[in-house]
This record gives sequence, structure tokens and C-alpha cells, in this order.
Amino acid sequence: MKERAALDVSKLPLHGMGAASPAWWGTCGFMLIEGSAFALAIAIYFYLFSIAPNWPIDAPVPDLSPGSVLTLLLLASIVPNILVSRWAKARALAKVRIGLIVMSLLEAAPLAPRIFEFPAMHVSWDENAYGSIVWTLLGLHTAHVITDLIDTLVLTCLMFTRYGDNTRRYGDVEDNCLYWNFVIVAWLPLYVCIYWVPRL
Amino acid sequence: MTEDRKQSPLMDDRLDDAELERHLLQSWQTPGGIWKALATVDHKTIARRYIVTAFVFLILGGLLAVAMRIQLAQPEARILDPDRYNQIFTMHGSTMMFLFAVPVMEAMAIYLVPLMVGTRNIAFPRLNAFSYWIILAGGLLLWISFALDAAPDVGWFAYVPLSGPEYGSGKRADIWAQMITFTELSALAVAVEIVVTVFKQRAPGMSLDRIPLLVWSMLVMAFIVIMAMPAIMFASSTLILDRLVETQFYNPAAGGDALLWQHVFWFFGHPEVYIIFLPAAGMVSTIVATFSRRAIFGYLPLVMAFIATGILAFGLWVHHMFVVGLPRLGESFFTASSMAIAVPAGIQVFCWLATLWLGRPVFATPLLFVIGFIVTFVIGGLTGVMVASVPFDTQVHDTYFVVAHFHYVLVGGAVFPLLGAIYYWFPKMTGRMMSERLGRWAFGLIFLGFNLTFFPMHILGLLGMPRRVYTYQPDLPWGGLNLFISLSALLLVSGFLVFFIDVLRAWRSGLPAGPNPWKAATLEWATSSPPPAYNFRRIPVVDACDPLWMHPEELAVTAGLRVDRRELIVSSVVEALPEARESSPRDSIWPFWAAIATSIMLIGSIFTPWAVVWGAIPVAVTLIGWFWPKGTAEDAS
Repeated sequence: MKERAALDVSKLPLHGMGAASPAWWGTCGFMLIEGSAFALAIAIYFYLFSIAPNWPIDAPVPDLSPGSVLTLLLLASIVPNILVSRWAKARALAKVRIGLIVMSLLEAAPLAPRIFEFPAMHVSWDENAYGSIVWTLLGLHTAHVITDLIDTLVLTCLMFTRYGDNTRRYGDVEDNCLYWNFVIVAWLPLYVCIYWVPRL
Repeated sequence: MTEDRKQSPLMDDRLDDAELERHLLQSWQTPGGIWKALATVDHKTIARRYIVTAFVFLILGGLLAVAMRIQLAQPEARILDPDRYNQIFTMHGSTMMFLFAVPVMEAMAIYLVPLMVGTRNIAFPRLNAFSYWIILAGGLLLWISFALDAAPDVGWFAYVPLSGPEYGSGKRADIWAQMITFTELSALAVAVEIVVTVFKQRAPGMSLDRIPLLVWSMLVMAFIVIMAMPAIMFASSTLILDRLVETQFYNPAAGGDALLWQHVFWFFGHPEVYIIFLPAAGMVSTIVATFSRRAIFGYLPLVMAFIATGILAFGLWVHHMFVVGLPRLGESFFTASSMAIAVPAGIQVFCWLATLWLGRPVFATPLLFVIGFIVTFVIGGLTGVMVASVPFDTQVHDTYFVVAHFHYVLVGGAVFPLLGAIYYWFPKMTGRMMSERLGRWAFGLIFLGFNLTFFPMHILGLLGMPRRVYTYQPDLPWGGLNLFISLSALLLVSGFLVFFIDVLRAWRSGLPAGPNPWKAATLEWATSSPPPAYNFRRIPVVDACDPLWMHPEELAVTAGLRVDRRELIVSSVVEALPEARESSPRDSIWPFWAAIATSIMLIGSIFTPWAVVWGAIPVAVTLIGWFWPKGTAEDAS
């Protein structure tokens, strides 16, 4: 078939940012998958709640303090996280490097109260279905925190190499910030479920 | 034409066709050799592997069906013992659903979507390679366990408590559950690739209303996968947790609930039917238009019907649970929604019929399979409306009536269009034509064999024969029909035999196809058959729904892409306005290693929960190796 040049694309950028980047859409796709999983886990929590004569089953309500500390730590990381994202957009390499180091620490910090959240449930995963679902909710969220933490650590190292100052890397940093926001937002309904629903 | 132009002299508009092809091959082709083959990220190569693997599993699952039919041909047969029979019907269902139907539909998307939207590779091609190794590992896990007489024996939906720790001894149910994790992981990865390819890599000008219908159907399918598959991964994981570390999700004695399993399973399981059916509907729409020699009747209603089916798919799951004793109001709601889905299905059927009616249909083999599909699927749809009614369902639940119904829907609704699609796209994939003569024989035998095998099962069900029994007594009135069904199954098998012979024959020595043997309208026919590694010498520009019919002599293309690296065009979601000259990743062995590490972790976790902890380390290492920049031209920005 004969070809007719109809469109010159030579002036287009070599990589798009934000919604022009496939990686951004991929991140959204995986957030949708994991968001579905969180929503389903919450639905199962309420399903088990609805069939149980008492809730929590054979356990006191969970202690508030570790979970609330974790929630505050997560919320406190939002502002620096958004700042890092903006610096990445502005391609401010030095700020991004410092910001990523700070974010690595801020993402590791919630793991400390998380360790105390499990005993604060006052129920083991194998005692009853209540124990199983709250441990699963905590475990699921912990897996997300650790995943994003590792991602942030790798990105931090990467930004100190010769590959760092690259539009793609800045895009990666922005996507990573987006994902951390997702980890925070996903926690809020879980926090309400685990700590406040039993107190109703 | 500035700085950039001077630094990168290898732009496609400076080269003549032959030079351009040489440079593009250098950038895009996977060199020979086993390690290189393991590292390839070409969507066409990976899709071919997927399709061949899925058809191997179809043959294996089919052989199991034959074994069941031999056993049931006469009462009190002793060819299979009850335990082996349980394994076989579980393996048959699981293989067909998870290792054949879903992967083969996704594989068709992996092959066709990038070509039909006019791009050079699928989005996230390395993830694509990873997804293939993962599903292969899941299939091997299931079938090796069958060879070791340790296959799951709990049915393809593995209801608790049968599959739970109390009754499901050994590792059989765990192997089923982990096979699910493998296949769903792979399906989810492919779903994201399809969504991003369709949203962001369409040829300039291919606005939403110019997307080929097959691509629309694959897009809706991908979204259903994304929303539904987390449910089954959650189900399989919690089942393993219950069995391995004694969580109590499904134990009623400790606040759990056996029905919870059915809810979660069918919340995935019903959309699963549409995950399989929608791609088939896309194939039918494509084939009907091509062989009617006219644009599809009702493009917009068809797209709306696909989307409506995708949404309604999530409101039907409880109709699999009508006999478990749910509140009346719930049952009524799900009856209504189950009947409502007949509306978009009806719209689709009428649009296809109208296209045929208004066109000048050429009854080539692909269209024959489509006609067979319409007949069979309508029968399956009608029995579907019947079982949507609670009183009727209560009578036929767990009988052969249901077996007949879902084989009509799944084989009629998906396998017939798929076989038509193979006849239709085989020339594109291999450059060779399949035989019309053998194709007609294959269609005739399969259509006749299928109906003679499965229609009597409706009657058998109404006569009260339950499914999943390994034998029956001679004084029950089922013997004659069963023998008839088993003999008819041989007819069906012979049809498939003809089909596979045709495939092998055509692959070796079929007539050359040329770029567009069917004179079809969509972009995959604008390139050679089989397409080169880079798909299109120059990326097309689209201004119509049926580009090759609007401009049969001339293809509008873009100019100004680099050829010294893998480059393609990223465009906007709605109007497909070009946004960037994005690079596409090079071949990499890391997805293969990541899949090996993931497989070791998942299989290990059947035996000990610590496998998740220690197994995660190699997974993380391989993922870092995968994503760490290698300083190639593709990393430039």
C-alpha cells in the first residue's frame, strides 16, 4: 500500500509527563486493582460483622493508640510527599534527592506503630473470623507500605546516580508520590473499620 | 528542524523504505538463540506463545472430557474410580476456564490490539513477557500435580467446607488455590497493558468513535478483569490462609461463613463469563463486518452494549446461589438483573443480524463459525433466562441441565467465535491461509458434534441426573442418552482433530496470504503478514472507523520518528492527538527471572507461610534488576 506522510511528529517531546505518560496510567491501573482489593476486604469485614452475634467476636475493642499514631504519621507525610512531587515536576534534582531521603524515613516511620497494632487487636488471627479479618486488613496494608518504601529507597539511590537527572526519573518520582498518597488514602477507611466500627 | 535533528540523524523521514526497514529491524527484532528468545518482549511472539499454550491446555482439558464421557457411556462403568473422576472434572473445569478461555482471549488481545490501534508494541511489554511465564508456571503446577495423582478434586469453584482444612486433606486444594493466584496475576497484568495500550497508544486520529469494535470489547474485558479478579485472588489467598495458618474465614464454628466463599467466588465467577464472552463478541463484530462487505450496523449501540454488559456483569453473581437460602428480596433482585443482561445481549445479536441482512455476506469459514455462534449462543441465552428464575433453577440446580446451559454459553458463545477468529487472523499471524475445504468440515463436525453432545444434556438434567457423579445405576433412565452423548462427543472430537490438522498443515505449507486476504478494513491488514517486529514501517494516521475501506489505495502515515531506538507515538485518551514520541522497552531477561522468583515464592507458600517472607527477597531483587535503567537510547528523554 502506498504511504503518504500526513503528520510530522518530529517536534513531539521524547517523554510525556503526567497523563501523557503510559507509566502514570499503569500506576493508576494498579491502584484500581488494589483499590478493588481493599474495597472487597472492607466488604468482607462488614459481611462477617453482619453475621456475628457480637462484634468484636470474643475480644475487647482494639487499643486506639498505635493505630492512631500510625494514622497521624501517615497524614503528616502528605505535605512532604506532595512537595517532592512538585520538585520532581520542576526537575529540581537537589531538592528531589533530599525530599526522597526524607520520604524514605517518613515511610519507614509508620512501621514502628504498625508492629504494636497487631497485639493491640487483643485477638490472634487464628482465634476467630474477627481476628482473621483484622489481621488480614493490617497485613494487606503493611504489604503496601513496605512495597512503596522499597520503591522509594530504590528511587532514592537511583536519583544519586547518573541516571537521575532524566525526565523519566522525575516521572517515576511523581508516580511514586501518587502511589504513596494512595497508600495513605486506602488506610483511612481501614482505620475507621478496624478501630471505630467495633466502638459503635 | 533544530538541535534534536542534528543529534539524532536516524529519523524515518530521511530514509527510503528499504533503508528504513533495515534500521527498524535492527532496533526492534529479537536476535536468534535461546536466551534471546527468553528475553523477547515482542507482543506478537508472546501472544503466539500464549495462544499455542492455551490450545495445548484446550487439548488436555478436552481429553479429560473424553475420559469422562467414556466413563459415563454406560451405567456402573469401572474405567475411572471416584477419586480419579473427581480430579478429572476439577481439572477439566479449571483448565478450561483458567488456562484456556481467559488466557486465549487475552492472548488474542495481546496480538491484535497493538496492531489494530496502529502501534509498535503493547504498553509495558516486559510485564507482558512476565505474565506469560507466570501463567505457564501456574499451568505446569496444576498439570504436574495431576500427573502425580495429587490434583485438586474439589470442583472448579472449590466450595468450602469441602476444600477447607477439615475435609480437603493433603495439598490438593492448595494447588488449586495457588494455580488461581498464578493465572489471575497474569490476567491482571495483561489487563493493565490492554487498558494503557488502548488509552495511550492509538494511532493519531483514532478518536474513541473510531476504535475498532474488537478493541472496544477487549478494553471492557480488561476493566472487568481489573475489578473482578482481585476478588478471586482474595478468595484463593484466604482459602490457603485457612488451610495453612488456621485463619477462620470459612469456619462457621469460629464466626466465619461457608457462604462467604460462594459470594466472593461468584463475585468474580460471574464476570468471568463476560471476560470470556466480550472478546468473542468483538471477534464476531469484526468478522461479520468484513464478510458482509459493509460497515457494522449500529457501532454506537454495540459499544454501549459492551459497556452495559460489563457493568451488569457485576450484578448477577447471586444467581449461582439461588438454592443456598438467601433472603427473598435478594433473590428477586438478582433474577431481575440476570434477565436484564439479555437486553444488551439482544442488542448485539440484532446488530450482527442487521449487518448480515444489509450486506452481501460471503460465507467463508470464519463467518460459518459466527453463524454457528449466533444459533448456539441464542439457545444458551434462552436457557440462561430460564435458570434466572428461582423456582426453575431450584429444580435443575446441579443437574446436567446446567452443564448443558453453560457449555452452550461458553463453547457456543466463546469457542465458536474463537475458532472463527483463528481462521480469520491465522493468515495475519503466520502469513499463510488455512484451507476453506477443511475449515468447512471442521465447522460442520464441531457444530453438529457440539449440539448432539450437549443438547441431550438438557433432557438428562430434566430427568434428574446430577452433575459430578462418576457413575449411575442401570435402573435409572439415563443410560441411552448418556451413550448417545458419548458417541456424539467423538464427532465433536473429530471436528477438533480436523481443525488442528488444518492448523498444522497451513502453518507448514498453506498458501501465501498477502497483507489483506479478506479485504478487511482495520489497521492490522495494512502491514505485511506476518507483521515485521516493528509492526508498521510508519505509524498510520486515522480519519475513519474503517480506514482501509475509506482509503484502499493509500495509507496516511506519520513522519519524524527516530529509528535508532524503539519509538512509538503516545496520544491523548479521547481524540488520540499525538502527545509524545515515547520509547518502548528493549528485550530483557529480567521478567523471566522475576517470574521464576515469583513462582518459587507462590509454590513455596503452599507449604510454609515463611516462603512469602524469604521468597519476597529474590522477587524484589529481580524487580529492581528489571526496572534499573541500563543507559540505552530508550532511557533518553
